Amino acid sequence: MIRRPRIVRSVVACGLATLMTLALQSGRAAAAPYDDASRLFRQGNHSAALEKIDAVIAANPRDARSRFLKGLILTEQNKPAEAIGVFTSLTEDYPELPEPYNNLAVLYASQGQYDKARKSLEMAIRTHPSYAVAHENLGDVYAKMASEAYDKALQLDRSNAAAQTKLAMIKDLFSSSVVPGKAGVAQAETPEAAPAAPVKPAPQEPKGSVTKPAAPIPATPAPGRADGDAVIAAVEGWAKAWSAKDADGYLSYYAPNFQVPGGEARSAWESTRRDRIIKPKKIEVTVGSPKVSFDASGRAMVKFRQGYKSDTLDTSGAKTLTLVKNNDRWQILQERMN
Amino acid sequence: MQSLAQAVVAILAAGASYAWAMGLTPPPPVRHIAAPEAMLVRALLDIRDHKFSSALEQIDNALAVNPNFRLAQLVRGDLLLARSRPISNIGNAADAPADKMDGLRQEARARLTRYGIEPPTELAPRYLLQLPEKQKYALVLDSSKSTLFVFENAGGSLRYVSDYYVTIGKNGFEKLREGDKRTPIGVYHVTSKLPQARLTDFYGSGAFPINYPNEWDMMRGRDGYGIWLHGTPRDTYSRPPRASDGCIVLTNDDLQTLERKLQLGSTPVVITDSLQWSKPDEIDALRSDLSSAIERWRRDWEGRNSDAYLRHYAKSFSAGGANLAQWSAQKRQVNSSKNWIKVQLSDLSLVLYPGKQELAVATFDQDYSSSNLSNRMMKRQYWIREDGKWRIVYEGAA
Repeated sequence: MIRRPRIVRSVVACGLATLMTLALQSGRAAAAPYDDASRLFRQGNHSAALEKIDAVIAANPRDARSRFLKGLILTEQNKPAEAIGVFTSLTEDYPELPEPYNNLAVLYASQGQYDKARKSLEMAIRTHPSYAVAHENLGDVYAKMASEAYDKALQLDRSNAAAQTKLAMIKDLFSSSVVPGKAGVAQAETPEAAPAAPVKPAPQEPKGSVTKPAAPIPATPAPGRADGDAVIAAVEGWAKAWSAKDADGYLSYYAPNFQVPGGEARSAWESTRRDRIIKPKKIEVTVGSPKVSFDASGRAMVKFRQGYKSDTLDTSGAKTLTLVKNNDRWQILQERMN
Repeated sequence: MQSLAQAVVAILAAGASYAWAMGLTPPPPVRHIAAPEAMLVRALLDIRDHKFSSALEQIDNALAVNPNFRLAQLVRGDLLLARSRPISNIGNAADAPADKMDGLRQEARARLTRYGIEPPTELAPRYLLQLPEKQKYALVLDSSKSTLFVFENAGGSLRYVSDYYVTIGKNGFEKLREGDKRTPIGVYHVTSKLPQARLTDFYGSGAFPINYPNEWDMMRGRDGYGIWLHGTPRDTYSRPPRASDGCIVLTNDDLQTLERKLQLGSTPVVITDSLQWSKPDEIDALRSDLSSAIERWRRDWEGRNSDAYLRHYAKSFSAGGANLAQWSAQKRQVNSSKNWIKVQLSDLSLVLYPGKQELAVATFDQDYSSSNLSNRMMKRQYWIREDGKWRIVYEGAA
């Protein structure tokens, strides 16, 4: 079986709430110039983006979000040493953020420094145990290290393979989320990806592995108990489609106006999600002790313990889904790992 | 991870006769094996016990000592890959050359199997019945366990010193013909040393030829030549258990350690298919049986009683092209020409032949004097059990 090495994912968008919070704390005044830099970056205008973001950082040297963007720009400009410098200083100033560690790892991995990459990812996971991207990247780094060991074991000379990996890495950086048009590239490169997920019927009543709520207690009486049950059913249907590796079914649970994490394009996000759902041989997602509450506008907030188990990863963490009712169907508006 | 552990257990179980290996614990205190090998085996046992982090540490230690330990690299690859995706066997490299992968897997099996050997303290290898005092060490090869044992001759009894993982012939053991790529089974000795400078890198730090084919091999028409103990190429530590053209291959480190214990021209090398251990009283009984036969032969020779003397020779005897009838005629004539004969034997070495037939090799210093001739020589005799009696089947200068 020939299996191309998977590609290490970098966090291009600062999607996690922590980073957003930091940005709010430190960079409120600089929001507009930051957005300009971010837009220029996404348009591929790296030098202009760098100029803009340098100005933002000069005005606010501690702004994590801007420095993070600068690291991304430098990476795109193929200046790994400088990018490593930026991400390293971010890990020093904000050791609680997993993203800089993750991207540092991607850069190290691209240089074939897998042991450093591994250590960085372990730091990312230590700060954020349920950080799935870092877990997946760590799996890839281990696979690369394994392949190096195998080459030594079997006396295979693959000196050229390292260069190929690096190129693939850069491609991945483009494709992973920023440029929507190229979103399919990473997926196309994994020939072992499972056959297309069969189209599943509409979600049904949850059974088996999905944990039924003991007694959901709606916080506000307005939407009624039936709504509470319907929301839980939707969440469980969502988990079930995910577990069945039914990407279409899974994505159908997201509202058209779903707030894509980090302001990423919906298509890019969907493509990444499909990839994540199709790739593992087996996925088991469980919904533990869901608690539903409704706000005044009728949105439902479901807090639960999400268990995620695949052939490579076994994690759990607290998740909050915000759902809205569209055409009689509860759909996810916002998804947050707490 | 689970399944890698199962693979290790499967390998342990694969040697069906080594079922006890399943209960392996940390190395028996009496064992002396090369450090990288001990670390590798501990790693494999850790994998069996689902202690994967500890296993990786052991592997890294083994590789720090010897980075050329390719089997350790392979297991390292498995331990790393298992963190990325499930694996179910030892060795999961994509597009790996099948022969190399098979060799490494066989090596893993052989090293695990031989790790379970516990030299029984109350037993001794059955073969080395007696060694002269000047003979300090003897080697015994257990071909089926890829293991070369070193024993020390400590005041007449044998003491286990160490053992080494060795590679033998591609086609196994019991060499018969030139080019059959087998390692011979029999009683041999180290004849000489070929220094590194005279060899290609293939033979590593040196080579020690043994006397294959010996007298018994030649009597039975076995041929071939060039069976050596030798080292490995500079960049090699791992080797499959069966990969040579019949030679016994050790790592360079092991060969250099072993070299200090070798006496050129005399160190016995007993090559067995499967080493038999015996109780000391059984070995004593065999020794006394054989040495009294030799003593009776000596006395009958001194007594110039040719009938009695010739009764010590087997029907199938042959030496120097003479069969028993020719030999008898010549001996009767020589013995009758003497007024007296005196025979003194010293430095007796008695080694039982491995295998089914009851055969032993006696080597000694013979001091012969008579009324008209005296000489001193090293003599070798092969004694075979015939009609319940030990008799000489070959005799000649050693």
